[in-house]
Amino acid sequence: MTAIIALSLFGISNLFLGFWFPRKTIQLITLLFLVVSMALTVSDWNHELLWFGNMFRTTNTSINFSLILQLAAFFVVAFSKAFGQDDEHTHPAEYYAIMLFSVVGAILMVSFDHMIVLFVGLEILSVAMYVLTGSDKRNLRSNEAAIKYFLMGSFTTGILLFGITLVYGATRSFYISNIGTILTNTAPESIPSFLFIGVLLVIVGLLFKVSAAPFHFWTPDVYEGAPTIFTMFMSTIVKTASFAALFHLVSGIFGSLYTVWVLPVYFISMLTLVVGNISAVYQQSVKRMLAFSSISHAGYLLLTVSSKQITTTSSILFYSLSYTLATVVAFAVLILVSEYQSARVEKPENFSSFEGLAKNNPGLAFCFTISMLSLAGIPLTAGFWGKFFIFSDTFSRNIIYPVILAILMSAVGIYYYFKGIIAVYLKAGEIEKIEIPALFKMALWACTLGTIILGVYPSLVKSVF
Amino acid sequence: MSLLFILFFPLVIGAILLVAKPKQAFAISLIASIIELVATLLVLKDAAAAENGLVFTKPWIEEAGISFSLWVDGVNGILIALCALMVPFIVATTANSDKANNSQYQGLMLAMQTALMGAFLAKDAFLFYFFFEASLLPIYFLAAIYGGENKNAITFKFFVYTLFGSLFLLIGLIYVYLVTPGSHSSDIETLYQTAIMLPEHIQGNLFLAFFIAFAIKMPIFPFHTWQPDTYTVAPTQATMLLSGIMLKMGTYGLIRLVLPMFPLGIITWGNTAVILSVIGIIYGSIIAIQQKDAKRLLAYSSFAHVGLMSAGILSQSLEGIQGALYQMLSHGINIVGLFFIIEIIERRTKSREIAQLGGITQYSYVLTVAFVILSLGSVALPLTNGFIGEFLLLKSVFDYDMILGIVAGITIILGAVYTLRLIQKTMFGNFSRITKDFEDLSAAEKWVLIPLCALVLAGGVYPTWILNFTEPGVQALVSLLK
Repeated sequence: MTAIIALSLFGISNLFLGFWFPRKTIQLITLLFLVVSMALTVSDWNHELLWFGNMFRTTNTSINFSLILQLAAFFVVAFSKAFGQDDEHTHPAEYYAIMLFSVVGAILMVSFDHMIVLFVGLEILSVAMYVLTGSDKRNLRSNEAAIKYFLMGSFTTGILLFGITLVYGATRSFYISNIGTILTNTAPESIPSFLFIGVLLVIVGLLFKVSAAPFHFWTPDVYEGAPTIFTMFMSTIVKTASFAALFHLVSGIFGSLYTVWVLPVYFISMLTLVVGNISAVYQQSVKRMLAFSSISHAGYLLLTVSSKQITTTSSILFYSLSYTLATVVAFAVLILVSEYQSARVEKPENFSSFEGLAKNNPGLAFCFTISMLSLAGIPLTAGFWGKFFIFSDTFSRNIIYPVILAILMSAVGIYYYFKGIIAVYLKAGEIEKIEIPALFKMALWACTLGTIILGVYPSLVKSVF
Repeated sequence: MSLLFILFFPLVIGAILLVAKPKQAFAISLIASIIELVATLLVLKDAAAAENGLVFTKPWIEEAGISFSLWVDGVNGILIALCALMVPFIVATTANSDKANNSQYQGLMLAMQTALMGAFLAKDAFLFYFFFEASLLPIYFLAAIYGGENKNAITFKFFVYTLFGSLFLLIGLIYVYLVTPGSHSSDIETLYQTAIMLPEHIQGNLFLAFFIAFAIKMPIFPFHTWQPDTYTVAPTQATMLLSGIMLKMGTYGLIRLVLPMFPLGIITWGNTAVILSVIGIIYGSIIAIQQKDAKRLLAYSSFAHVGLMSAGILSQSLEGIQGALYQMLSHGINIVGLFFIIEIIERRTKSREIAQLGGITQYSYVLTVAFVILSLGSVALPLTNGFIGEFLLLKSVFDYDMILGIVAGITIILGAVYTLRLIQKTMFGNFSRITKDFEDLSAAEKWVLIPLCALVLAGGVYPTWILNFTEPGVQALVSLLK
């Protein structure tokens, strides 16, 4: 809990750091801030406590989610290259501050015990993201993406808020622990029917954020338009936080209303899997492919949300971690390659600009390959175990056909992830040695090795989750 | 510990080769694979002496009851021996070629050996699956980076097709695993006890899931469409790994997992599977007869041979399983030798077109003798290693169903047709423009071919040594089926 106070203060101080320090230093200080806040988060381990008038609850699960979020933020900052050498149109201090604020929002979303905290957290996170999406002011695509994201986001917020209101109207409480008890103690006949609409609206509101089909239409455009570094932020932090919130809600208070939402959620999950995977196959741009891949991963995660078992929590955590590690590497390599190619080819983010990467950049090619393999769920990488835990977990609840669909879809996934690997290793192309800053390189290898280590010995973190 | 050594030693050396890129890649790789062979033989000696084989167990994913456990018994001992025995030969076939000191190439081959060893050694079903799928990565990169014409599309089809099959295996394994009592376990012996209790229709579905995965890997008709192209396009060493060792993961999976787990499933579907296998035998042989490309011909012959192994295994008799195990070893030796001969011819003449070759025997007598011996092994002539396995397999299929046995028996004739035709058209007759002044075998090439021929003959003359080694394990397995 002290972590969110610390992160807010850090964010504010970051704004002032911009007056005195050069870019590189601000980047390092931000990394330091995140390490401190992670340490503060860990210090709450095994203390299940309520804060701020019982509105905020720290549990080991929420701490794990917070750690994954901060770790993702850490890597995003490490990959940010301090936003260029001395590009006067970028403002690193502000960006880092906004990123820290949005992490605060994300942590609120994973630890809420009061619906308003969920709402506030989601808004802090989202507003920060609208700003960052549009941060490339002179780029038309970035502006368009920001407006699109903002319009869709505020629309979603309205739906979520309406849902919360209906749930409050039916149960007279915002506290999720109370709502749970009220729902279990009330006879089914005396529950007002608008509660069900409220529950579905809240779920839909969050599904917008995790970009589940059919609420995904904003995702590819926004992901493509935003500067890649913030796309990385969006696809890891926003997604994980919204998922944790969704899981917290459906497994907690809405658990007794299982029958109301379970069918829609399964339907949406299957639709998301199909739409995400099939659309990804047709993409020429790596960035758009990763956008659709993030949609498809939402589909896998949605399969499991309907259960409150311990194993489910740990499966979701493991999946989020493996997905985060792989995704940041994919975007990081994309940043390097598209920067290198931007002066040379017309569409630097296409698969074609990756061609021949392995020849002079074997390390980069290796990292990219591992990340693609992990996203595809091939053994030796964390992604395999992520999928494995999710499938076996869902299977154990006798949900068979959606799992079979998911497995078939993961075979489709191999197609588009391998397009990247084939471009890197098998296609001929001329890419010279790309200069990589030391910090960037370390973060890249840390994520890659993390992916492999978790792929070989998943117990390392699975036993903690 | 010794099991861990033989599992990870190739990977360690392979990783060193991949990362450090030393100049002497060939020597390092060859020495490593010979050390691996010696270590494996020592392990097998211990396993033969021990009552119930060797077992090594360490917790892996304790929360889920998945352990890192390895074992050696009569059933997998022979496959481990095959894997350890063939890799030195496969490495040696690169001698003096452009791939000899290509550390990436050698490193990937050694990494592949670990993956194959892992699949054969695993005592935990998910560990098996882990290696089963992981083995696709090194072989994919070997074939895709160093392959021939149109390699991208073909190797990609191979990867997706086989992985798609393995996913069925994963579904099936997870299903059985979740039925295991308590907090679940994926130990293969626990899965045996659990799966047998399942009702018939579930066993039937699970049999299908497992069978499809293994049938694609082997491959069995009609799941073979990836195979001829991949074998043809891949570099020779990758083809040797694929046909000599990797396809045995499929037959091994049938013996190790399918037979003991789903006896009722076999009652429902076994007949269909045997018929498909037998169709594959005939179909593969007939297509092999019409091939113009020698490598492609061998690919189809491999497809025909594996069909017989699968049919013998699914007949569930002692002879069938024994024969299949023996044939896996023999087929590994023969096919590696034959692919090497085609590679030798291709290196010198730049062609694999059977019609363009001929008359090589005038220039290289040793090559012809080796070719004849290896081919006779492949055709299963008495006194060669192929005879023992094929005889046992045919007997088991015959006992299973007489008509199928007779149909499968035609393979011997058809096999002789395409193999002898291959020898005749390439080795004898008049030399052609490209085979004129065919350079005789180098010392390195002789060092590969002569020991392989010796193994073919030794395996044909004295099979009891190996059959005695496998018998207790197979007996135990067969007694599970009753």
